[in-house]
Amino acid sequence: MSPTLAGWLQVSVLVGALAACYRPLGDWIAHLFTSPRHLRAERALYRLTGVDGDADQRWPVYLRSVLAFSAVSVVFLYVLQRVQNHLLLSLGFPAVKADMAFNTAVSFVTNTNWQSYSGESTMGHLVQMAGLAVQNFVSAAVGIAVVAALIRGFTRSRTDRVGNFWVDLTRVVLRLLLPLAVVLGLVLVAAGAVQNLHGLTDVHTLVGGSQSITGGPVASQEVIKELGTNGGGFYNANSAHPFENPNGFTNWLEVFLILLIPVALPRTFGRMVGDNRQGYAILSVMAVFWVASVALVTFFEAQHHGAAAQAAGAATEGKEQRFGIAASALFAASTTLTSTGAVNSFHDSYTPFGGGVTIFNMMLGEIAPGGVGSGLYGMLVLAVVAVFVAGLMVGRTPEYLGKKLGAREMKFASLYILTTPAVVLVGTGLAMALPGERADMLNSGPHGFSEVLYAFTSAANNNGSAFAGITVSTPWWNTALGLAMLVGRFLPMVFVLALAGSLARQQPVPATEGTLPTHKPLFVGLLTGVVLIVVGLTYFPALALGPIAEGL
Amino acid sequence: MPSPTPTEAGPAGAATLGPVPQPAGTPGRDSGPHRVSGGLLEPGQLLAALPGALRKLDPRVMVRNPVMFVVEVGSVLTTGSAVADPSVFSWSIAAWLWLTVVFANLAEAVAEGRGKAQADTLRRTRTDTTARRLVDWAPGRTGAAEEEVSATALRLGDTVVVEAGQTIPGDGDVVEGVASVDESAITGESAPVIRESGGDRSAVTGGTKVLSDRIVVRITSEPGKTFIDRMIALVEGAARQKTPNEIALNILLASLTVVFLLAVVTLQPMAAYAGAPQTLVVLTALTVALIPTTIGALLSAIGIAGMDRLVQRNVLAMSGRAVEAAGDVNTLLLDKTGTITLGNRQAAEFLPAAGTATGELADAAQLSSLADETPEGRSVVVLAKEKYGLRARQQGELGHAVWVPFTAQTRMSGVDLDEDGTVRSVRKGAAGAVSAWVSDNGGTVGADVGELVERISASGGTPLVVASREGDAAPRVLGVIHLKDVVKHGIRERFEELRRMGIRTVMITGDNPLTARAIAEEAGVDDFLAEATPEDKMALIKQEQAGGKLVAMTGDGTNDAPALAQADVGVAMNTGTMAAKEAGNMVDLDSNPTKLIEIVEIGKQLLITRGALTTFSIANDVAKYFAIIPAMFAAVYPGLDRLNVMQLHSPQSAITSAIVFNALIIVVLIPLALRGVRYRPSSAASLLRRNLWVYGLGGLVLPFAGIKLIDLVVQFVPGLR
Amino acid sequence: MATPLPAALRTHLTALRMLLVMTVLLGLAYPLLLTGVGQAAFPRQANGSLVESHGKVVGSSLIGQGFDLPKKDPGDADEPARPDPRWFQPRPSAGGYDPTATGASNLGPNSEDLVRAVRERRAAVAAFDGVAPSQVPADAVTASGSGLDPHISPAYAREQVARVARVRGLDRAAVAALVERHVQGPVAGFLGQERVNVLELNRALDALR
Repeated sequence: MSPTLAGWLQVSVLVGALAACYRPLGDWIAHLFTSPRHLRAERALYRLTGVDGDADQRWPVYLRSVLAFSAVSVVFLYVLQRVQNHLLLSLGFPAVKADMAFNTAVSFVTNTNWQSYSGESTMGHLVQMAGLAVQNFVSAAVGIAVVAALIRGFTRSRTDRVGNFWVDLTRVVLRLLLPLAVVLGLVLVAAGAVQNLHGLTDVHTLVGGSQSITGGPVASQEVIKELGTNGGGFYNANSAHPFENPNGFTNWLEVFLILLIPVALPRTFGRMVGDNRQGYAILSVMAVFWVASVALVTFFEAQHHGAAAQAAGAATEGKEQRFGIAASALFAASTTLTSTGAVNSFHDSYTPFGGGVTIFNMMLGEIAPGGVGSGLYGMLVLAVVAVFVAGLMVGRTPEYLGKKLGAREMKFASLYILTTPAVVLVGTGLAMALPGERADMLNSGPHGFSEVLYAFTSAANNNGSAFAGITVSTPWWNTALGLAMLVGRFLPMVFVLALAGSLARQQPVPATEGTLPTHKPLFVGLLTGVVLIVVGLTYFPALALGPIAEGL
Repeated sequence: MPSPTPTEAGPAGAATLGPVPQPAGTPGRDSGPHRVSGGLLEPGQLLAALPGALRKLDPRVMVRNPVMFVVEVGSVLTTGSAVADPSVFSWSIAAWLWLTVVFANLAEAVAEGRGKAQADTLRRTRTDTTARRLVDWAPGRTGAAEEEVSATALRLGDTVVVEAGQTIPGDGDVVEGVASVDESAITGESAPVIRESGGDRSAVTGGTKVLSDRIVVRITSEPGKTFIDRMIALVEGAARQKTPNEIALNILLASLTVVFLLAVVTLQPMAAYAGAPQTLVVLTALTVALIPTTIGALLSAIGIAGMDRLVQRNVLAMSGRAVEAAGDVNTLLLDKTGTITLGNRQAAEFLPAAGTATGELADAAQLSSLADETPEGRSVVVLAKEKYGLRARQQGELGHAVWVPFTAQTRMSGVDLDEDGTVRSVRKGAAGAVSAWVSDNGGTVGADVGELVERISASGGTPLVVASREGDAAPRVLGVIHLKDVVKHGIRERFEELRRMGIRTVMITGDNPLTARAIAEEAGVDDFLAEATPEDKMALIKQEQAGGKLVAMTGDGTNDAPALAQADVGVAMNTGTMAAKEAGNMVDLDSNPTKLIEIVEIGKQLLITRGALTTFSIANDVAKYFAIIPAMFAAVYPGLDRLNVMQLHSPQSAITSAIVFNALIIVVLIPLALRGVRYRPSSAASLLRRNLWVYGLGGLVLPFAGIKLIDLVVQFVPGLR
Repeated sequence: MATPLPAALRTHLTALRMLLVMTVLLGLAYPLLLTGVGQAAFPRQANGSLVESHGKVVGSSLIGQGFDLPKKDPGDADEPARPDPRWFQPRPSAGGYDPTATGASNLGPNSEDLVRAVRERRAAVAAFDGVAPSQVPADAVTASGSGLDPHISPAYAREQVARVARVRGLDRAAVAALVERHVQGPVAGFLGQERVNVLELNRALDALR
């Protein structure tokens, strides 16, 4: 089979598998958010934690719960790293230094999973399991919970209640993430991912040298790392590491896991708002970006522009032989479009435009399909902006799903779309203005700049992948990127929940012939255009000085 | 005028106060494709507005418009650096940035200027009048003492007397007397109207003139807060507040401005790293090119012009909010009479009694109606002519005729003809009245006639009975005239249009359900409310609103006031009571209920104009990037010169061209902003598709051509090569 | 009755309890369950797919290793590695096939350092294997992402056959046949790409004698 045909086939099978899961999984998540019944295990958990499972929260209370849970998580994870040398299974590693522990704690709680550390030489097994992997589950669940609240804003009327955060969190973990993780984690083990509690196993190699084979609970973390669009690898090499991603099948499976929940959530949305076509429209926009992105990265990598790739004869630097161009490009596009940030190949060595697309993917705001939960709420906020402009053009006060988009709604939507670019641009500008921090770039010229731009884009958009050439384990970078991740995660959540509250209060307007239809191809095209133009205009100057200057 | 879009001219000279009101009996306009249009922009208006535009440069005024405020700050900065480091380039950028701000202010000033013209017309009528205040006036009491005071000294509750030839000193209700009043100052309609105490015709407006008789008026408004004062404030824009939608759009524009501002500010360290630090002038130029100046400049002009377009149609909106709400209306409550049907019933058929020929009946009906000047009576004459070829005889051509005119008391009309000594009496009128006349004179009304009367009544029509009497013989009933409502020509098509726009029409009528249904079906309304009382109307509005719908209605009577207040868009007829005018949020000076449909269209057009120009403005940025970014960086990264797809001459000419385009496009679009974009009633989807093509794609493509053209000129300017 | 706690504090206490419960469930019970089941059902994979040669564990079939000559001075960290011509050579590695320091070179597509490295490797491999520089495939001159890539392209394996056969004094056809036997296709025919596992190949080569 030719590599081209194989490449098409892997994408087609992937699309087929995602399509097959779209309805059942989306409906299942919708059920989680609407069912009044609690499982026995959930009731027990509520008793244990003192949660009233039947309470319904106003949006500020929902927000307070999100923030409290995340704050407690950051502190807990920070402390865990700082005392890891006193804990079991530390593998003899010392306590993580303060700025790195802060960066890592923030990184995992914000679902970014930026890694300024090298897993195999920094984190003991207990921190990996009880600290990092736990956040892989719950930070994903927080994102999904917040989008549930936003959808409720659309579906409810004349109420100030948007749901119960603790119930949403618990249900997502117990009924969605955990069962999938157990089953698919075992599939990964069967396919070769390691799952043990060993430290280093020293072996004598064939030529008589020695090699330390690492061990650890890798598969259990790998599966939720992809499923929760987290991306923090057990090892520094992330999903390029053969123990995390042993072969072509696991690679495909991991891409599938990355996309599974973000792709199914539009169905949840359509289902909950009572019009599945709304879900298909949102999904279509996501699909346009994903397909275009996969095609572009694959094309640019196959073309292998760039002096080094030309010298080598192919863009194989930083890519694994078992994956090749097509499977690497597919992974790269999917991971940067979903806020996952796991990598099976190193974007820093991608061709100028191939790497540029991965940056642009993140700049889209992680919405196509985006991180679990955060992708859909980001897309819905942009849909609100698109509907506002388009709604004016049909001569009515714009309304989306029957909810009017007035000054209050536009305030929150505008602040949302303002936040992340502000963090990215200010952070990048600041870093470029500081000669000391600029010196941390491994590469020079436009590519060096791209590394800095990538770092802040990744952090503020909670992606977590990197043009890893830059040395970011300094206190300045750890702190700056930590703050970028915090602001990039929680400030938008504040606006999303405020928007949810504002929408929930409204009485829906009935749809008529005069209402802008938001389920037709025209709207799909419009939303795609709005996303492209808003993002493109914001970042064009920066991109021009980075990947575009490098590639032209 | 170069314009980026297919636009069209409105009727010329519409800046005067009000077109001629539509004659009753035709729907506002013909039913073919039509549009809402405004006045033309004359070059003179631009010049006249210039001083106002310059006055608006005051930063305290500018700060209310964040987008243009940023441009003004940029203008100051570039001027500063041009002074410090003079060059043709920096001075031309500085100059064009100032022009950008002035053009924006010009747009607003022109829009306001049109309002001011209206206001001046109104103000001329408000010359200080002297009021004859009555001391201790009480109903029925004559000879109350009079004192002369200035109109401005009048207080709420004062009573004044006004006689023929005098101007009414303030808004009030007639409490005594009846008079004909010239209200042309407000309505532009020269025909006098009758104002009398009690009932729904008691309201008078200050500044209007009594033509005949004497009335006593109780003042209902404080000085300075009269209807005319409010109208002046409204059209001048003094009372203008940003509407909810305008605020929402402003928020979006402000946040885009902040994003672009950040993009440019943070660009400098990146540029410095690349080895191409930029001058303040270039960075400012980039900022101004990116922030949505086009819509930012025209936004308030669009809003003012929207109100203005209503004024040109003789509708006064009490707030911009009401105009926007009009665009959102889901349900129109339309009064049957005057809106859907012609004001009066018309004869549709002659139904003879047993033993009478139809021709005889028609002849008698015509004869008996010649003295009936009511529209119903005239319609009988018309029917007789059209259907039976009976020429309308003049009253004078029949000798020895004694005419019996129609009165509300007798409810009959007719004629007594002396034909060779025998007096032939013909009577036509309400069934009860004519039957009484027949039986009083010894005749009987046949059962078949009773049946006809009942059948017509049941079908919703009005039966008129025709009888005649030869000499002293017993009168004989000849037959029945069927009067029925006539639906206005073309109204059905209008309702279909409304349906396409997603608007539901509900007919309100006092008729019984049977009649109402028949008319509703004929007119093609979606629903009807029969035997409607004001309470029913109110309940219907509340019910619609509970479903999240916005309701528009017209009304004139005092008992309409609660419903007018409850409706999202309440259009009070100017002929109506002061209570109705106070309760509604619009007043139609022509008192033409059909205009509600036009009001809805104007509301929609206002929003569409905003959306279209926003889209256009943002789409413009793409081309500006392709002009400015290569100009900034091609020196250090030669590859970026490939982005110079327009092949602009030099970095300086490229940046200058982008800024010049950015400024000129505002001027080019001022007429569009004032007139509003073309609006054809159609579904949301097709409106969106059309506007996206025109303003989205147009906005994307046009500046490439525009900037290139400007560059072709600018490249010859020394210092910009 | 005690005074109720402020709402914000109460929320944080709930959050802490929720986090602790989740930590026990997701941070301990879940990975241990997977470890238990994995160790019972798939012990080979769960423990790293270790491979033996002559009864001794020589590495993991998933983890690449170097096939270099012993250093002249084992204490000198800067001494350049010299490939051992008796073995099939893996791809260049940014971390020298050290599983405790995984990762890529992270050099950009136009990096002069990378271009120089690629050229030098090409020349070195061509000289080492006695082939024309143009015959050296891309994977032989570029480092992998993990630094532990256990595979090379079939082209690179074939390119080394002559040298290995010559140094080992083996029949060239036999070595070539061995290589072909070790060419693995993509999983299911389309997932990933063709490759040769260097450790497996060298193990088989060792057995060939």
